Amino acid sequence: MSDAHHDHKPTGIGRWLFSTNHKDIGTMYLWFSLTMLFVGGTMALIIRAELFQPGLQIVEPEFFNQMTTLHGLIMVFGVIMPAFVGLANWQVPMMIGAPDMALPRMNNWSFWLLPTAFSMLVASLIMSIMGMGSAPNFGWTFYAPLSTTFAPASTDYFIFSVHLLGISSVMGALNIIATIMNMRAPGMTYMKMPIFVWTWFITAYLLIAVMPVLAAAVTMMLTDRNFGTSFFSAAGGGDPLLFQHVFWFFGHPEVYIMILPAFGVVSQIIPTFARKKLFGYTSMVYATASIAFLSFIVWAHHMVTTGMPVAAELFFMYATMLIAIPTGVKVFNWVSTMWRGSLTFETPMLFAIAFVVLFTIGGFTGLMLAIAPADFQYQDTYFVVAHFHYVLVTGSLFTIMAAVYYWIPKWTGNMYDEKLGKVHFWLTCISANVLFFPMHFVGLAGMPRRIPDYSIQFTEFNQMASIGAFVFGFSQLLFLYIVIKAIKGGNKATTEVWEGAEGLEFTLPSPAPFHSFTTPPQVK
Amino acid sequence: MSAQTRNNQSIVRKLLLLTVAMFGFGYALVPLYDVFCDITGINGKTGERVETSSQVVDKSRLITVQFVASLNENMPWEFTPVVNQIQVHPGESTKIEYRARNKTDFEIIGQAVPSVAPGQAADYFKKTECFCFTEQKLAANEEKLMPVIFTVDSDLPEHIKELTLSYTFFNKSSSEETEKLTHNHNMNHDQEI
Amino acid sequence: MSAIIRYAGCLCLMLASSPLFAAYQLDMSPGVTSFSQGAYEIHQYVMWICVAIGVVVFGAMAYSIIFHRKSKGAVAAKFDDNVTVEILWTIIPIFILVSMAIPATNVLLEMEDTSKSDMSIKVTGYQWKWHYEYLDEDISFFSNISTPEAASLATNASVPKDENYLMEVDNRVVIPANKKVRFLFTSNDVIHAWWIPAFGVKKDALPGFINEAWARVAEPGVYRGKCAELCGMNHGFMPIVVEVKSEADYAAWVGEQKAAKSALAASATKTWTMAELMKHGEKVYTTNCVACHQVSGEGIPAAGFPALKGGAIATGDAAKHIDIVLKGSPGTAMQAFGAQLNDADLAALITYERNAWGNNTGDTVQPSDIKSAR
Repeated sequence: MSDAHHDHKPTGIGRWLFSTNHKDIGTMYLWFSLTMLFVGGTMALIIRAELFQPGLQIVEPEFFNQMTTLHGLIMVFGVIMPAFVGLANWQVPMMIGAPDMALPRMNNWSFWLLPTAFSMLVASLIMSIMGMGSAPNFGWTFYAPLSTTFAPASTDYFIFSVHLLGISSVMGALNIIATIMNMRAPGMTYMKMPIFVWTWFITAYLLIAVMPVLAAAVTMMLTDRNFGTSFFSAAGGGDPLLFQHVFWFFGHPEVYIMILPAFGVVSQIIPTFARKKLFGYTSMVYATASIAFLSFIVWAHHMVTTGMPVAAELFFMYATMLIAIPTGVKVFNWVSTMWRGSLTFETPMLFAIAFVVLFTIGGFTGLMLAIAPADFQYQDTYFVVAHFHYVLVTGSLFTIMAAVYYWIPKWTGNMYDEKLGKVHFWLTCISANVLFFPMHFVGLAGMPRRIPDYSIQFTEFNQMASIGAFVFGFSQLLFLYIVIKAIKGGNKATTEVWEGAEGLEFTLPSPAPFHSFTTPPQVK
Repeated sequence: MSAQTRNNQSIVRKLLLLTVAMFGFGYALVPLYDVFCDITGINGKTGERVETSSQVVDKSRLITVQFVASLNENMPWEFTPVVNQIQVHPGESTKIEYRARNKTDFEIIGQAVPSVAPGQAADYFKKTECFCFTEQKLAANEEKLMPVIFTVDSDLPEHIKELTLSYTFFNKSSSEETEKLTHNHNMNHDQEI
Repeated sequence: MSAIIRYAGCLCLMLASSPLFAAYQLDMSPGVTSFSQGAYEIHQYVMWICVAIGVVVFGAMAYSIIFHRKSKGAVAAKFDDNVTVEILWTIIPIFILVSMAIPATNVLLEMEDTSKSDMSIKVTGYQWKWHYEYLDEDISFFSNISTPEAASLATNASVPKDENYLMEVDNRVVIPANKKVRFLFTSNDVIHAWWIPAFGVKKDALPGFINEAWARVAEPGVYRGKCAELCGMNHGFMPIVVEVKSEADYAAWVGEQKAAKSALAASATKTWTMAELMKHGEKVYTTNCVACHQVSGEGIPAAGFPALKGGAIATGDAAKHIDIVLKGSPGTAMQAFGAQLNDADLAALITYERNAWGNNTGDTVQPSDIKSAR
């Protein structure tokens, strides 16, 4: 620390409101994400409680639809994406040897847009509960014309909220790209960057490429609803299917936006606890890039039942199947990293291993879904629900938790409670499987998604899933407790934190100083 | 201004440009989609009006053309094809008619949206005259015959032996207007609460 | 990791003790059409390949977890790449994928070939029911869930949860066995999807456009499905039931439908008593109106569905009441029922609405009133 002045922390609420510090902003992103996890999780529990048995017991079908819609939107835009941005804020400067993010003021702005956007979205739900109109009820994919001509008035709130989220994400991505391109320590060439930084670099480009397309889609919705255009209405020469094409042109890369940083996290954690260098660094980078590229040419595999011509169905089927190759490379690399390592199983490693297995199961069902003739049967059933929850919960969410356990000693200077961490892991991992695995069965047996009530032959597996859901949900309170406990105190963490840890962040003292590297380190 | 700040600014400028370009691309997907539809026949969208083309009539093939009519919600008309299906030779120009009747006591403007199945055949279904080219206005209780003159292109792939032409009429009178007319002297539905 | 093994163990146990779990369906049904069979086979093939890959990959992982742990004194090796292996595990998957793509392509091509059909049925999705129109016969009807009370919290408990709960309709679609039946799909409002798992047919019904699919079923029987695309409030309550009949039975059914149609024409000219109207009206109301206006007639005002009980329209001028039911209310969820119901149904319905729930206006509306109001 050349200048003590730099380590001066502002105090009071102003520290957070006007923060331009990458760590404080990262912390806010992570807390925001955890808060929204409980909000969206509560909605999931309402859904699962209603689905515990056939018949309607708790909510009206109309309210059920609002729950599925907001659960999806909150988990995608309010939990997974902000959590990864938070991790990037904390870690990218430390991992590339920079003092802070490249554009600190923009960083502040991009965070504070998020609570604004979600207040608006949640406000529409509160109004709905109070009996004033309906919250968005058309699913997180908001297909026209259900979301245009037939949507409640609150849809305009929803549109504005999506616009804000888009601006927030794009600014976050701009900042990450500028930081990575411009602020690397001397000697840190691109091919020496940690994989987490690489995956975020690629993710940030994906964000910039597709968030504006989503913004265009909701703008078209807005003008269709209020200003007499007919992008999505056949009556005026438009086409409701156009919406789905535009949406999924955004939507498929969006899926990878939520999983690529997870790949990065796991690629940091597994080598640490295997005490062995990551296997196939170069192929990891190329695999990530090819997954990102392929994500742009597979969007219509979400639309096989819309009546596409056979030639298009075949093209999208083949392109989608190709994704299995780079994804396979990654999984093989992780397994090879563990092969003949010297393994220990601290909580982050447990989550990382669970990720590799469970994400791979999600990948397998993804491959099955790619097969168009079978997809006619899978489309819009619980099989799809099982698939994307394996990818997003046991995939993305597990790695976010792994990352928190892995880096929280560096953030707070304290070790978390290892015993409780392990309890949290086992509760989470088992309950997640009890929750999501039976969904495969009911889906294959013919249960459509987004229904508040079902026929009796689906009862038993739904009950299993609901029980799993409640255990899973309440286990996360333990996570909250562990995090607070680590912030308040605990065994002091060393500079290196983990025996096998490598990387610039583990050369900084724990907790890391307010401004990470004021003197750039030299990377050999 | 440090070199780093300058670099940051230049990166941000480029990326912002990319952002704006991608927003534009979102809109560019609209015409691109139409081109895509034209090539692949998504939704059985048929092309715009074509000028009468003197095609060679292929007497060796007989194509069954089926006619279907639908009304979208809140379209208080009756709408049916006069004949359900006919057989034509590729290249031959044929005229058929749909019958539409406005069942209300006020004028309604409708727009018909055509669609052809199988989608692959859409490109070969040429209309030289169609009521779907413009909006149709029917006065109160008016009944009208609406003609379509079409040719099935003789390049139609061999394996297609039958095709379906569907029209859906949408109500184009603005909802406030219709509402006013429907309930001009009574309360509207919302105020009933 | 061991959690997963334990869990898989539990599952195997469940499968093994199958008599206990015989009622459950764990897997996709092979179905009754050639391409549903094809889809089932490719599903099986891909699934078992995935299982095999999983066994190899997770096996390798489990091996290093068990044997390469630090607590057992394992010392980390130094390698961090191996070009040969990396090339191999890029190339081999390509061959596996090709082996999946070939049968998948064949099934898909068969599925999408709707040519040379024997008959066509136009299927129109409505919020929240289906309309069927036999294009070669003069037959058309709506098909509603047989227990519309299920769709509301207040009345759901009154519906028995039997084996066809949410899977039965008032009017089934009937098709002949061994004929290639082509379905044409379109929608009146939002996007719906018509799905019969046993046929392997799932197609979106899009407003303004038509889609097609086909089925040829050898075995007469009853096949059930549901709407598969979120289409608003009662998406979960629009089942599909197809009854496949032998050719002779089908011909008889067509005859019955035509006879019923002429009987209907007669009913439209007679004068009904109040009791007849109320009885029939309740049935029509239950089928068509309770989704929004509720069994109690109280509606869901918050969601924009006004109350009829004591409502201004149901207790006001009868002519206006008839008008709004016939023509709908543009810009609201109120549909134009004139196109969906016949004169007798509408007369009974409106009479019911004007006299149920203590509305007691004493008005009777006759089919002839509807006819003149159309």
